[in-house]
Parts: sequence; C-alpha cells; structure tokens
Amino acid sequence: MDILVVHLFNALLYASVLFLIAGGLSLIYGVMRIVNLAHGNLFAFGAFLTASAVGQWFAGSNSALLYLLLPIGAFGAAAIGAVLEPTLLRPFYRRPEEYQLLVTFGLMMILEDLIRFIWGPYPISATVLFSKMGSAKIGDFVYPRYNLLVIAVGGLAALFLWAFIYRTKFGVVLRATSQDMRRAAALGVNVNLVYVQAFTIGCFMAGLAGAIIVPSQSAVLGMGVDALVLSFIVVVTGGLGSLEGALVGALIVGTVREIGISMFPEIELAVLYLIAAIVLIFRPAGLFGKTA
Amino acid sequence: MSSVPLPFERRSPLKIVVWAVPIGALLILLPRIITPYQTILLTYGLAMAIAVLGFNLLLGYTGLLSFGHSAYFGVGAYTVAFMVKYLHVNSMELFVLGAIAASVLVTFLFGFVCVRYTKIFFSILTLALSQVLWSLAFKFFNVTGGTDGLRVPTPKLLGIVSGEKEDKILFLAHDYYYYVLAVFAICVAVMWLIVHSPFGKALQAIRDNEVRARFVGIQIRRYRLVAFLVSGVFTGIAGALWVPLNGLTTPDILYWPFSGEIVFMAVLGGFRNFTGPIVGAVVFNYLKTSAVGFTVYWQGLLGIVLVFLVMVLPTGIVGSLRLLWAHARRRLSQ
Repeated sequence: MDILVVHLFNALLYASVLFLIAGGLSLIYGVMRIVNLAHGNLFAFGAFLTASAVGQWFAGSNSALLYLLLPIGAFGAAAIGAVLEPTLLRPFYRRPEEYQLLVTFGLMMILEDLIRFIWGPYPISATVLFSKMGSAKIGDFVYPRYNLLVIAVGGLAALFLWAFIYRTKFGVVLRATSQDMRRAAALGVNVNLVYVQAFTIGCFMAGLAGAIIVPSQSAVLGMGVDALVLSFIVVVTGGLGSLEGALVGALIVGTVREIGISMFPEIELAVLYLIAAIVLIFRPAGLFGKTA
Repeated sequence: MSSVPLPFERRSPLKIVVWAVPIGALLILLPRIITPYQTILLTYGLAMAIAVLGFNLLLGYTGLLSFGHSAYFGVGAYTVAFMVKYLHVNSMELFVLGAIAASVLVTFLFGFVCVRYTKIFFSILTLALSQVLWSLAFKFFNVTGGTDGLRVPTPKLLGIVSGEKEDKILFLAHDYYYYVLAVFAICVAVMWLIVHSPFGKALQAIRDNEVRARFVGIQIRRYRLVAFLVSGVFTGIAGALWVPLNGLTTPDILYWPFSGEIVFMAVLGGFRNFTGPIVGAVVFNYLKTSAVGFTVYWQGLLGIVLVFLVMVLPTGIVGSLRLLWAHARRRLSQ
C-alpha cells in the first residue's frame, strides 16, 4: 500500500515538472501559434542558472538565502524570453510555419551552445537544497521532502495560472488575443505587448521547472533537448494550446513513466510516443484541443 | 503554405544536358584533383543529398514539413548494420535492397498515419513517430548496441571490389565514391522524372491548393502517401550509403535534431528548387565540418547561420543565385 503512495508521489513529481515545461509551450502556442523548439533550452537555462547560483556563486551561504535564490533560474529564462520574442520571433508570425519551426530550431542550437559557453561542458548540481530538507516517512519508506515541495510548486503553478487566465483582466485580454488576434487589435488591445507577456510567462514557467528540478538532479547539457520531446508528448496528448490539456497530458505522461520505469523500462519511452501518436490519430487536436 | 509559391524551373532537355554534363564530368574528375579526405567529405555530401532530395519531395513539392526524416535515414542505416550483424552479408547491393525494403515498410506504416494531417500537426506527428524508433534503438542494448551503436565494415561493391585488402581511406575515396556517385546520379534522374511527371504536377497542385486539387479529382491522401513513401525510401537509401562511410551507426541519427539538420540542408540550398537540396546537402556538410574544426561552439555557429538564412535568404543558396542571375540578365538586356 505504502509503495503505491510512493509511486503516486513519483508520478506527481514528473507531472509537476512536465506541466511547467509543457504548460509554457502550450501557452505560447495558444497565443502566438508558434511551436517553440527552443523551449527546452529555456528549461535548461533555468536549471543551469539556479544550479550555479546555489551551488557555486553563493555556495555555503545561509540556507534561507539559498531557498530564496531558487527561482532565479525562472527569472533568468523569463528575461531571455522577453528579449527573444520581439527581436527574433516577431518577424515570423506572418510567414509560413516551416520558417517559424526553423528559426526556433536555429535558436535551439544557439541556446544550447550559449549554455555550454557560459557554464562549460560539465554537470552542475545544487544538491544542498535537496539534502537540507531531509526525508519524510511514508510507512516503511523514506521519501525526500524536497520532492513534495516540487509537487506543491507544480500544483500551485497550475492554480495560479488558471486564476491568472480565467479570473484577471489580463487573462481576458490574453484569451481574446488568442481567439482572434485581429479583432482584439481592433478593439484596442496592444497585441505586441500581449505577445511579449505571454512569451515571457511561458519562458518563466520553463525556467521555473528547471530551477526546481535542479536540486534533485544535476543540470547537464542536452537536458533541454530531452525535455522538449517529453513536453511535446504532453502537449500533443493534451492538445496544443490548451492549459487543461497540458495538465492532463502531464499527469498521463507522469503516470505512464512511473509505471513504465518499474514494469517495462525498455519500451517506456516508446510507449509514451505511441500514446501521443494514437491520440493524434483519433483526436488530431489532442484530448482538450480545438481544431483550428 | 500561405506564401505565393514561385514556379519551378522549366528547362528544355538541351539546357539540362548543358548543365548536367559539365557537372557530371567535374564530379567524375574531382577525386583526381582533390585529396582523399576532401573526396570522402564529398561522398558524405552526396549521400546526404539523396536524403534531402527525398525529403524535399515532401516539403518543396507537396508542402509537408516532416520533422521526422531521421527515422527513415536511421532505418536505412540500421538495416545495413543488422544485415552485417545477424545475416553476415557484406554485399553493398544487398544492403541497398534491404534498406529499400525496410524503409518501404516503415514509411508505409508511418505515412499511413501522418498523411491524414498537414501543417504543424504533420510535423509533430512525424517527429513523435521518429522518436519511437530512437527510443527503441537507444534502449534495446542487446539488439542495437545502445549508444555504442553497431559497427559496419567496408562492404563488397558489385560482388567484386572489396575494401578489405586495400587501405580503407583509399577504398572510400575512390571505389566507394564512384559507387555513391552512381547511385546519386540514378536517384537524381528518378527524382527528376517523378517531379516532372503528371504525378509530380499533382503533388504541386495539392501543395498550392488542396481544395481545388480535390475538385479536379486528385485523391489527395493517396498521392500524399505515395510521396511520403518515395521520400522515405530515398532517405533510407541515403542512410544505407552513409553507414559504410561512417563505419558506425548510433542512435544519434534517429534523434530529432538530426531531422532538423535535414530540414536545415533543404533550406540552405533552397527547397523551392530541384537542385537546392543537393547544393544544400553538400554545402552543409562542408560547413559543418569546417565549423566543427573551427570552434567547439560549432552548433551555435550553425544556429546563427540558420537564423540568418531564414531571416534574410529564405530562398536559400540556389534560389538567391537564380534571383541574382535573373536580375543581372534584366540589367544586361536593358
């Protein structure tokens, strides 16, 4: 029984991180109709920034300060997003989507090497935050408390985002822009500003995912590319552009991964991709998506 | 495709001969002029050119952007590696036939699913399916060697020329180069016939206006599936030719950034041209090799080149040259 609880927590852990990454990807697609292939690299950037801040620059400081430093990766990724959208992406909204995919693919290559340039080729870890929190007892099992924090952050992020998009004025503007950009513009919405904000929030979420994952696992090169494909599965299953979809997709992928790792480790990834493909065959817009 | 498509080149047979003969002669003579190392680089470029030529039947002519062509390249390469490991075959002709058979099978299966969609969904679906193969190659260590990959020794060409006795470099730079060149020439000719056939015209009609094409009576899905099949098989052949050159196949060629490289090559040369993908593949190969030699940050450098290309030269090398040429001719005639 207790082992089931542990598995459940692990599934939720994956789901939280995946929701943060895929939710950002989906938000960006929902508002701007761009699939950002460099999104995974922003996740990696957040991880590297937090890891170096906690594990190197301020290593040995007061632990309260270190916990406060944790979200620095999210803000760093958001800053990059705020710069990238107006400079690199904006010229491409009117162009065919193969160019949009290509420019973000080029961006992915650049960001990947930018991370290598800044932090070098070796993994960086910030395990101090992970070990400081110790473990909780679940029956006969010990479970790291930090993982529970990650789950809580994921859940809170989902809640905040929902409230933000469905309960605030900015959310109304965002949804209006996403549904009909021209009409929103005609009604006086500053579409360019909404685009920058949406992209920045999306990048913030990816960076936050990187920042909270880094105390439990190191920041390594290539983590962005891997994360992107997993979050593709999430958004494809849930529906591109839908936040509910990203949440449900993240829960599905998290659960399947957790079951897969203990029961069919060899084909765990293949099963995930197949699920995505099967969902696409029967519901091309995903479980929660609306066909354009 | 929302942009107004440019018409493809229309050339008389005489003009084609005028272009093709000197280029063919140059490609035949080149190994005598350049170093073996340069020749091997060119061989890589020609093998990749076949893959990009196939890829462009989908992007340039049918209007479908596949982000999963690494799958078919990998199928070709891994088929050869499996034939070496489990069937102890070493004949290059059998390798190519095996790769064709395997890629027909996989492409049909994937294509059947993918051609139901267009635009971004097509791209993501092809990507997701290609990653199924990557994860299998990555995880089934006993069968595929995992990240270590599988070794492929130099094959026997036409049942007579074997690279086992002579120096491997010389074999690759001479005998194997001409072999790849011959296959390349056949593939270019076949692709030329395909895109200029009524079938090729139908694909372009589908790309330009799907609804009208359907009204004319074109069975869109079936045409797309055939295009997908041809495209995948070309890429599979390229994978088979590439493996002996590389000597090793690893899951990297199945991973999705490799698909991105194939797209990169097509855009670099210009996917609105017949010759664009060929030029793009050969140039990309040189570009990548020199970038790798020049800096450890070669990937970022290539990324900058890609972003620049997409922003400033969306018609690629060949498209831009043709624009320049047309411009110059207009100037001269005035």
